[in-house]
Amino acid sequence: MVNLSRWSVVTTLVVCLLAIVYALPNVFPKTTFEGLPGFLPHRQVSLGLDLQGGSSLLLEVEAAGAVRQHLQSVEAEVRQQLRRRGGERIGYTGLGVSDSAVVFTLLDAADREQAVDRVEAIDRDLRVAVSGDRQIRLELTEEARQRRIATVVEQSIEIVRRRVDELGTTEPSIQRQGDNRILVEVPGIDNPEHLKQILSRTAKLTIHLVDEGASVGDALSGRVPAGSMLLMEPATATRPETPYVVRREVAVAGDQLVDAQPSFQDGRPVVSFRFDAVGARRFGDITSQYVKKRLAIVLDNKIVSAPTIQSPILGGSGIITGSFTVQEVNDLALVLRAGALPADIEILEERTIGPGLGRDSIEAGKIAAIVGFALVVASMAVSYGLLGLMAGVALVFNLFLLLAALSALQATLTLPGIAGIVLTMGMAVDANVLIFERIREEIRAGRTPISAIDAGYRRAMSTIIDSNLTTLIAALLLFQFGTGPIRGFAVTLSIGIISSMYTAIMVTRVLVVWWLRRRRPQTIPI
Amino acid sequence: MALRPIEFIPHNTRIDFVGRRLYAYVFSAVLTLASVLLFVFNGLNFGIDFRGGILIEVKTTAAADVATLRSTLGNIDLGEIQIQEFGSPDIVLIRIQRQGGDEAAQLAAISRVKESLRPIAAEYRRTEFVGPKFGSELIEAATLAVGLSLLAIMAYVWFRFEWQFGVAAVIALTHDVVTIIGLFALTEQEFNLSTVAAVLTVAGYSINDTVVVFDRVRENLRRYKRMPMAELLNGAINQTLPRTLMTSFTTLLPLLALVALGGPIIRDFSIAIIWGILIGTYSSVLVASPILLIFTPPRGAPTPEGEADTAAAREG
Repeated sequence: MVNLSRWSVVTTLVVCLLAIVYALPNVFPKTTFEGLPGFLPHRQVSLGLDLQGGSSLLLEVEAAGAVRQHLQSVEAEVRQQLRRRGGERIGYTGLGVSDSAVVFTLLDAADREQAVDRVEAIDRDLRVAVSGDRQIRLELTEEARQRRIATVVEQSIEIVRRRVDELGTTEPSIQRQGDNRILVEVPGIDNPEHLKQILSRTAKLTIHLVDEGASVGDALSGRVPAGSMLLMEPATATRPETPYVVRREVAVAGDQLVDAQPSFQDGRPVVSFRFDAVGARRFGDITSQYVKKRLAIVLDNKIVSAPTIQSPILGGSGIITGSFTVQEVNDLALVLRAGALPADIEILEERTIGPGLGRDSIEAGKIAAIVGFALVVASMAVSYGLLGLMAGVALVFNLFLLLAALSALQATLTLPGIAGIVLTMGMAVDANVLIFERIREEIRAGRTPISAIDAGYRRAMSTIIDSNLTTLIAALLLFQFGTGPIRGFAVTLSIGIISSMYTAIMVTRVLVVWWLRRRRPQTIPI
Repeated sequence: MALRPIEFIPHNTRIDFVGRRLYAYVFSAVLTLASVLLFVFNGLNFGIDFRGGILIEVKTTAAADVATLRSTLGNIDLGEIQIQEFGSPDIVLIRIQRQGGDEAAQLAAISRVKESLRPIAAEYRRTEFVGPKFGSELIEAATLAVGLSLLAIMAYVWFRFEWQFGVAAVIALTHDVVTIIGLFALTEQEFNLSTVAAVLTVAGYSINDTVVVFDRVRENLRRYKRMPMAELLNGAINQTLPRTLMTSFTTLLPLLALVALGGPIIRDFSIAIIWGILIGTYSSVLVASPILLIFTPPRGAPTPEGEADTAAAREG
């Protein structure tokens, strides 16, 4: 142990040197590195949102809702298929959606084959099953359900990304978490309420014809004609909530929009939009066919406005009027441009940290780390003298190594992460305490300095490894199950344990051996 | 020599820890039982991480008047609201209980609070919201993390030592974890995700301490074949005592710095770890090793390494 091979010395020196080189960029402001050649390390530790300020939102995509919606559209299709399509009408009853299937019962068992034939063509993902004589189920296979959910989540992530990008924030991060969750992290945002509003909106825009033959009064008392639905136009300052009966059939949908911009008409804020070629043609057809009739512009199941068609609109562009503020118009245009979410989104968790708190935390963390470091080194020097000071030197390199590893791995430093660093400083010297106490014991047992030091390092080794590995196990589990800032704590704790084992053993050994060779002491000041 | 080391902790202690184990057992049993009872009857003051709810830290334009603030916010009917000064007179922490209804209802409550704070708010330092759905998941994940780490540590100690050591280590660890939870039940300090992190850290630290003593027990088992178990355990505990205390000391120092200077957010977290280190040190010395008297590990045949150690001991 005392006869350290040249290789060990060289490796230790190289590791220490690299640690300093990789840790150094953190000391200087970012701009310092712009002129330097690219091969030099320039990565800095990336700060977590709790230190630099920003919003972290955990969203959940209501994928089950999207599946249900899909089944409802299948239900409508089944109704159509059974009613007409060339052949005669097939009698049925109890058509509805249950769990992950569309079910109905035939009035006449003789129609069975023809009915199966007709509904089988609707969707390849559906398995048609007949139970009893007359009950038919169209089941969404589990695989198809999973695939649909996956697609819905993928699309939602894309839409969320577009919306966040439209807000013009810097370096947002949008990641999928688990099956149907999205983690959105936006650094340095000053208005999280606005972000939440933009993200949680489904923004499903559809244009329907108003069913002018139906009685609104009847609909309000629950008698809505088949193929129509009752929707509300929310109250404004000048007008109470207004009900409308509109056709279920979508005339033109929002996914055919190619652009939406905020603008003004007669001094009032409006959103002007433009359809793609297909949308423009359909919009043109509808508006030509139904002049002087009313259209309902529906956003997330609420009527935004219900204008009367004055003349055919053939250019494929139009405006949405309503009682909007400028802010609302901007937001509406933004979400329409970015597209509708394929399913509703719920915000499960929000953590927003203002820039002031982040700065305060960094400052407090720095001071605590410096004071903690000084206290540890002082107590080691007082207890173990020269060897204790060497442990202090090792601790300095441990901090460099930790910082270097965090920068190189691009790990995120959080406030609990700083606490982890401060804590590992205390635990880092444990390896040295073990070694030094062992050396003391060996000296008391009458060994010479060199043999005591040798035995001290050798015998403490297995203890050091055992004790550190058990702590590492706890730290790794913390990483696995922790979220956000807690993960940051687990990261610095884990790296700190590994780096401290290395520096506490190797760096002090190099120093001790070097001292032994130079001074050839007869006694050890320990 | 310019530096004369000072031994704070006498090295030649011969304290009969094992002989006094009954006191430690009774003390620990009472502590553990009290913790369980406190947990059952008093419960934990779960923070929003687990219970769901809203936390807003706001810096006000002038020193905040908590009473006025309370009546302002009381007007908007959000159920239970806790308001406290947080580290400085112009910073207040507002905790709002979980609102009835779904996630959207919680978000609406945040907007309403911010709306009514508008005249006095200079900066929102922190807005945290955990929906009811996510909170219960976090409880599950946290329980799983603590349970699994206890199992993993037991497995490791079992693998490296004998099963008796593993059992003793886990009994001591469970004792530590239960007592920390008991402390939180007693003081009604907020129990949140950081607290769980603190508990796990303490588990790691305490096992570290225990393993160091066990390592010495194992070494002595190989070295002194005929020594009575109680004497052997006492020897191992006393021999490692300087290290145990010194390491606890050097770990407590930076933690105290964190409590004093690290800012209010991590203060609770640091206090939990400090308490855990005190308890962990106690249990490593007075609980974990004496348990080995109940589950006595086998001495086995001398290993080559053991022989060498014995030879070295004779030589020294």
